[in-house]
Amino acid sequence: MSIAKSSQADRADYNFAYLDEQTKRMVRRALLKAVAIPGYQVPFGSREMPLARGWGTGGIQITAALLGPTDVLKVIDQGADDTTNAVSIRRFFERVASVKTTTATGDATIIQTRHRIPEQPLQTGQIIVYQVPQPEPLRGLEPREEETRKMHAWAEYGLMQVRLYEEITRYGQAATTYAYPVLVNNRYVMSPTPIPKFDNPKMDMMPALQLFGAGREKRIYAVPPYTSVKSLDFDDHPFTIQQWEKPCALCGSRSSYLDEVVVDDRGGRMFICSDTDYCGGNVTDVASEEASA
Amino acid sequence: MYVAVKGGEAAISATHDLVAEERRGDTSVPELDVSQIREQMKLACARVMNEGSLYDPDLAALALKQSQGDVVEAAFLLRAFRTTLTRFGSTEPVDTGAMHIRRRISATYKDLPGGQILGPTYDYTHRLFDFDLVERTDELPKARTVPAAVDVAMPRVPDILGADGLMEAETAPAGDPRPFDITRDPVEFPADRPVRLQAMARGDEGFLLGLGYSVQRGFGGNHPFAGELRMGEASLHFTPPELDFPIDIGDVTLTECQMINQFAGSKDAPPQFTRGYGFAFGHAERRTMAMALVDRALKARELGEEAKHPAQQEEFVLYHCDNVEASGFVEHLKLPHYVDFQGELELLRKIRGDLERRLRPAPSAEAAE
Amino acid sequence: MNNQLSAPEKELLRVEDVTRLYGERAGCLDVSLSLWPGEILGIVGESGSGKSTLLRCLAGIDPPTRGHIMFDSGKGLLDIYAVAEPDRRNMMRTAWGIVHQNPRDGLRMAISAGGNLAERLIDRGDRHYGRIREVARDWLQRVEIDPARMDDKPRAFSGGMQQRLQIARVLISEPRLVFMDEPTGGLDVSVQARLLDLLRVLVRDLGIAAIIVTHDLAVARLLTDRLLVMKEGRVVEHGLTDQVLDDPHHPYTQLLTSAVLAA
Repeated sequence: MSIAKSSQADRADYNFAYLDEQTKRMVRRALLKAVAIPGYQVPFGSREMPLARGWGTGGIQITAALLGPTDVLKVIDQGADDTTNAVSIRRFFERVASVKTTTATGDATIIQTRHRIPEQPLQTGQIIVYQVPQPEPLRGLEPREEETRKMHAWAEYGLMQVRLYEEITRYGQAATTYAYPVLVNNRYVMSPTPIPKFDNPKMDMMPALQLFGAGREKRIYAVPPYTSVKSLDFDDHPFTIQQWEKPCALCGSRSSYLDEVVVDDRGGRMFICSDTDYCGGNVTDVASEEASA
Repeated sequence: MYVAVKGGEAAISATHDLVAEERRGDTSVPELDVSQIREQMKLACARVMNEGSLYDPDLAALALKQSQGDVVEAAFLLRAFRTTLTRFGSTEPVDTGAMHIRRRISATYKDLPGGQILGPTYDYTHRLFDFDLVERTDELPKARTVPAAVDVAMPRVPDILGADGLMEAETAPAGDPRPFDITRDPVEFPADRPVRLQAMARGDEGFLLGLGYSVQRGFGGNHPFAGELRMGEASLHFTPPELDFPIDIGDVTLTECQMINQFAGSKDAPPQFTRGYGFAFGHAERRTMAMALVDRALKARELGEEAKHPAQQEEFVLYHCDNVEASGFVEHLKLPHYVDFQGELELLRKIRGDLERRLRPAPSAEAAE
Repeated sequence: MNNQLSAPEKELLRVEDVTRLYGERAGCLDVSLSLWPGEILGIVGESGSGKSTLLRCLAGIDPPTRGHIMFDSGKGLLDIYAVAEPDRRNMMRTAWGIVHQNPRDGLRMAISAGGNLAERLIDRGDRHYGRIREVARDWLQRVEIDPARMDDKPRAFSGGMQQRLQIARVLISEPRLVFMDEPTGGLDVSVQARLLDLLRVLVRDLGIAAIIVTHDLAVARLLTDRLLVMKEGRVVEHGLTDQVLDDPHHPYTQLLTSAVLAA
């Protein structure tokens, strides 16, 4: 192939949403299987993507397989629409699918996320796509894939609970703060991805469809709407979520996950919502109330 | 009043401009031509083609130019392009026995049919700087003409051994099914040999080299001989759907290495030599030798050998040899992790707070009185 | 339950013509035996006699080349290699236990002593942290480990303590049958004696059946009711322990027992 020809190829239009239709069908088949077996990791033929492995290629492939011309896409990283990776992925889909994008949680039909679930409850008909770095919740305890697949097949999850036992023994409480393992539909133990455990309760009986894509590890899994998602715990040490002493310094919310911002080099810090859309909405509400008062 | 950080979009655009500027470097120096890279950085192009899994010297050269010579980044560019290409089908298996040989050596036979052909190699150069290369020169290097003997038949060394039954036979499985394609389907374990060879063929040369070296040093339990290493051009034959016979679609430069290893034999099998196989695009000797060492080590399961070393463990080798995946995941640590880090901070403060309260002396009785 | 009074106790384990070949070499040949609840059977022989091979077959680790191993986990005798793998794994975790010669093979060295015991309770469905701790503490005391060491990792323990912890980890799930492979091997003589005492008391108190592989006839005499003597993969003598040791019939057994006397 000559350079002239290849540079033409570079400029040539890619298929809608980048992936060719055969690949989309392959991804959709994996998605259907994943929805049919909640929490089960379905291997899929993850493709090379023009973004780096580990930077959301699993989520991108799912989103690409789902997107239609009328969809409205929201992309967040760390809860924010303006973080570098979220911007990069949003621009990717603007370029290859020319879909409408939004930052408003309520307006989106598909939300691709890394590390957070929006504060505003998701609704029936919405789809949230999680980017997954490590789909296997048992990997930290057992490095061999052959063995972890057996443990899932036979629901041998005792060791997972032992890890929790050890944490409580050592620290007086569960010391896993993110990617806190959950039991889906009372069958499969699943990694909720590195969302803070603060977000775990949002997954339980969620009206929206939850899809998870691990590009590098080539796995897809799903939690269908209204499915039970239980965080592992002991009867006398029930699961708890993070709490902050102060409200968000910008919008005053006391019910959202807060990011710590260091404001000077003398230990000064403040806490603000990690979900920028939610925070911005609250600030606007307060401002309009003040204006009307 | 604090204002949350914004402007990710603009900042990202700016990085693209800065990269372009860095890539060009000092503008008083002429810009590199892609064809210069293709012709004069051939070995780098070969590595990019192997790890990028696409035989295209022009694009490999472009990738090297675009990535400022970062080989892993260049391989990534090639891979991302490759995945969008239409597949027309598969060529016939390449017959390396019929290659047009430019280099062929065997460490197991002093002389053999076809002879030893040293060809272009750094093996006997002294690693002394050739300061003549600092300046451009119009004088063209001249290779002494290769004797015509290269055209004689050059049987592959393992085939010679195989004729006596001394080398393990490698036959296609029943029905000669299409090999598993690791770029289309997810790999599952235990993995078959075609899967292992494909993964290593695009694996990181440094990783394979380190593992191959570990095999030699005793972390692999094999005693290899370089049975044969051959490099040259082979033609590719393809049967288009419109025709019912294969046509020659062009030549590619290939390197093949076959390592010969001892095998003690088992109850069922008499002792014989076993093979480690390495194969690569372009001239890539180090790469194919390393691959052949690891290939043999990975046969431990099939041969009933104890698999206790890293090079013998297929999950370890296959999952970690891909440098595009590896660098993606290692470098993803640069992505924001504010949320998870906040969770850890909160926990640490809580645990330390609990501990402090417990260790703090209770309000003394006297004070209460 | 009326049948408790009348019906004679049923076999817990029945082994029929078990043979394990390695290529052309025989690990064990045509071994048959039965074990009743609460009974302790010893398998003795020199190293290479096939006793460890037999134990691996019986314990579900290594399937025999020929023959059947049937175990009653409460549902009648079932061929342990014919049931589905998950059922066998479940049996291995709950209905029987294995005490390895090297405690490292039976313990999780990176998990606290308490965690090692907790795992078994969690496996059977316990989800109350406080109660799990109580049961684990009680078991540490039963195997004479100071409960203050509960949150230490086993790697900080002496060899004897590790072995006692492994025994507690096996017995805590109240198995019906325990396999032991040279349980006192690798320990000092004084530590051995104390461990044997402990084992004898625990196994008797709990009414657990056990199969003990040992090359040490003193261990066999102290712990077992019945004895199998193995040589070159075959059972050469079989009987009540005292009978076999005091009045050996097979020349090989005579040789073994005289070696002990001489020592």
